[in-house]
Amino acid sequence: MASVQEKFTEMTWPSSPEKATLEAKNKFLGFWFFLGGETVLFGSLFATYLALKDKVPDSSHPLAKDLYSMDLTFAATMLLLTSSLTSVYAMYHMKNFNFQRMQAWLLITVLLGAAFLGLEIYEFNHYVHEGHKFTSSAFGSAFYSLVGFHGGHVAFGLLWILSLMVRNAKRGLDLYNAPKFYVASLYWHFIDVVWVFIFTVVYLMGMVG
Amino acid sequence: MENLRPNSANPKADLNYRRKKNAEEMRYQVVSFALMIFLTLIAFAVVHFEGFSHWFVAPFIMLLAVVQVIFQLYYFMHMSHKGHETPQLFLFSGLSVALITVLTFVTITWI
Repeated sequence: MASVQEKFTEMTWPSSPEKATLEAKNKFLGFWFFLGGETVLFGSLFATYLALKDKVPDSSHPLAKDLYSMDLTFAATMLLLTSSLTSVYAMYHMKNFNFQRMQAWLLITVLLGAAFLGLEIYEFNHYVHEGHKFTSSAFGSAFYSLVGFHGGHVAFGLLWILSLMVRNAKRGLDLYNAPKFYVASLYWHFIDVVWVFIFTVVYLMGMVG
Repeated sequence: MENLRPNSANPKADLNYRRKKNAEEMRYQVVSFALMIFLTLIAFAVVHFEGFSHWFVAPFIMLLAVVQVIFQLYYFMHMSHKGHETPQLFLFSGLSVALITVLTFVTITWI
């Protein structure tokens, strides 16, 4: 078993640094267990949304098909999908022991994620002005719980990746932080997995009616 | 770790081999990304066209989403790699509970 403190070169760097130590193996398994739990969490939020979609007290409240805009959803989807690929590039450079390039791709990932979050804040603000609020209807509560929870995950993911980048900026890559970067990238992909269902089930199906 | 002990007399040989393998995997990742974008474009196009019946569009874009998520899980999150048996157990257990919850809420609740 490789040591956590060991200084590596690209020659001695293990081919699977994310699973090279016992701690890394535990982190890997524990994180997938957490993702299983997250799946249940988002499953119940999707279920609630589907049951309460368009359930409003009277006709003065906007419905799904009056609210959602295809352009905004498409832009947000492209941003988040691309950020998933850029974090794959970051892990590719992590496996090649290229710390600078990994940091650069992580920064691009964070910027794309921040742009996505900006669009979401703009969208929510727009809906509130249209009369679609968290407390205005069952539909509103279910919508903001589901999409807001996802947005919260994006915000947390951004802070997580940024903290890893800043904290390890001078340390460089070793077997102490490689599993941390790997697990953060798994989290980022999971956020994208949830978004694929959100743009399909909430936005596209909402526009269809 | 077996990869810390290169079995060739040339120490660079192992590194070059791993570099090549990583680059090859990265190519597959880019291909799966292109497919994911393609599936997304189809889903948006089908809804944008507005000519299709609701009964076709909803299941069709759901299918596209499921295929795209399989790419995401098996390629981007490496679930196709060896040593992912327990992650599969965790994820699919979570997924089955999630699906039963969704099925319940869309069929036997009324408000």
